[in-house]
Amino acid sequence: MRGLNRRAAAAMTAAAAFALIVAIYAGGALLPDTALAADFSQKGLPPSWAHPFGTDFLGRDMLVRTVKGLSLSLTVGAAASTASALIALAVGMAAAMGRRWVDHGVNWLIDLFMSVPHTVLIILISIALSRGATGLMAGIALTHWVSLARVIRGEALQIRSEQYIAASRRFGRSPLWVARNHVLPHMAPQFLVGLVLLFPHAVMHESGLTFLGFGLPPEQPAIGIILSESMRYISSGALWLAFFPGASLVALVLLIDKLGNTARHLLEPKEAQL
Amino acid sequence: MLLEARDIVFGYERGKAVLDGVSLSVEAGGRVALVGPSGCGKSTLARILAGYLKPRSGEALIDGSPLPKRGFCPVQLIYQHPEKALNPRWKLGRALAEAWRPDDRFLEAMGVEKAWLDRYPAELSGGELQRFCVTRALGPETRFVIADEISSMLDVITQAQIWEALLDVAEKRGLGLLAVTHDAELARRVCSRTVRLGDG
Repeated sequence: MRGLNRRAAAAMTAAAAFALIVAIYAGGALLPDTALAADFSQKGLPPSWAHPFGTDFLGRDMLVRTVKGLSLSLTVGAAASTASALIALAVGMAAAMGRRWVDHGVNWLIDLFMSVPHTVLIILISIALSRGATGLMAGIALTHWVSLARVIRGEALQIRSEQYIAASRRFGRSPLWVARNHVLPHMAPQFLVGLVLLFPHAVMHESGLTFLGFGLPPEQPAIGIILSESMRYISSGALWLAFFPGASLVALVLLIDKLGNTARHLLEPKEAQL
Repeated sequence: MLLEARDIVFGYERGKAVLDGVSLSVEAGGRVALVGPSGCGKSTLARILAGYLKPRSGEALIDGSPLPKRGFCPVQLIYQHPEKALNPRWKLGRALAEAWRPDDRFLEAMGVEKAWLDRYPAELSGGELQRFCVTRALGPETRFVIADEISSMLDVITQAQIWEALLDVAEKRGLGLLAVTHDAELARRVCSRTVRLGDG
């Protein structure tokens, strides 16, 4: 990265990470479902040049299944964590900027949500909303906003006590105007980082619940399904069935984490002029 | 026009009062220095008079009525640290437009360069920022200016320039000025009357 300053380098890293994530998503979306057809002449093959991730015991190419699974995880994870982060932003801002009883109410709600185990709540919400992808996403979105809402609330409270906020009010600006123009833009880094931190949770819960049988239906090419299936074959030595999809999932999560951290560097005002 | 503090009582902790029955008034066109030792409540009184804080008892009045809760406040406070009075994410042009839109002549008279308006606060020096903050506080609806140690961290030349510009505007528009300072020399030079707070 010689010749580039740190900002340009960070922007390129973020762009590369973003491009790779989009490529994985597009790959999964564009691959035809016929690529997942069973072919018993190719069943249970270890990794080779023809099948880099090997094949499963129905003869399906594991690379295709993994990319499709990651693509699905991206969709579910992105939708669920975005929804969750938006809830957190709205709730956190309301708590910090609104009247005192709003803050009390929000804190009570946060304590309530924190006292109930995630997984149980997600399963309940998911079942109540007729399972499948929608129920799963709603379940994850409605349970994961809590900690980010706390962070946003704290951050907004701190910004609210700044002198330029008080000055803005004395220049005749309304509390709503101040919240929107002064406070909200300051939440962008927290919001983005929060999104990134939510993402692995969302993906893991998606996989975990699917693994347990409460999530996506078994005909979907989800990572959770792949992993729960592979459990049956691990003892017979077919390690590649679990290793490559699992490692790919971890790699994807790290990639998104990298994207989030680089974006934060680009957005922080103190680092914005390096 | 008259800005008054009437029997102000205020404390940050229960049972302890920083200000205990303080009264003070500044008339339009008047230049009053508020002096006293550190921690005697000068800044607190300034913030109460500008409507930033609510006193425990007593009132801050402008022409006999309480300060307006909304709209451009006729009493404007200028802070000691201009970098804290500006949103670090906003270019100065936006920060200025938040208060009012001075014409080019006024900016020139205050020593604010147009090029600054396209920069972020972190890109200007403390003196430049303070000059900007003074300009921002001098909107058409401003009647009283409370200057809370606005020049104590500046070098003498900048200090003199800022005060000169501020006093010039105050005189032309008949603004009342309350200067909080612990620089007795400055108080003598700038103000026509001195109010002592605390033991001093």
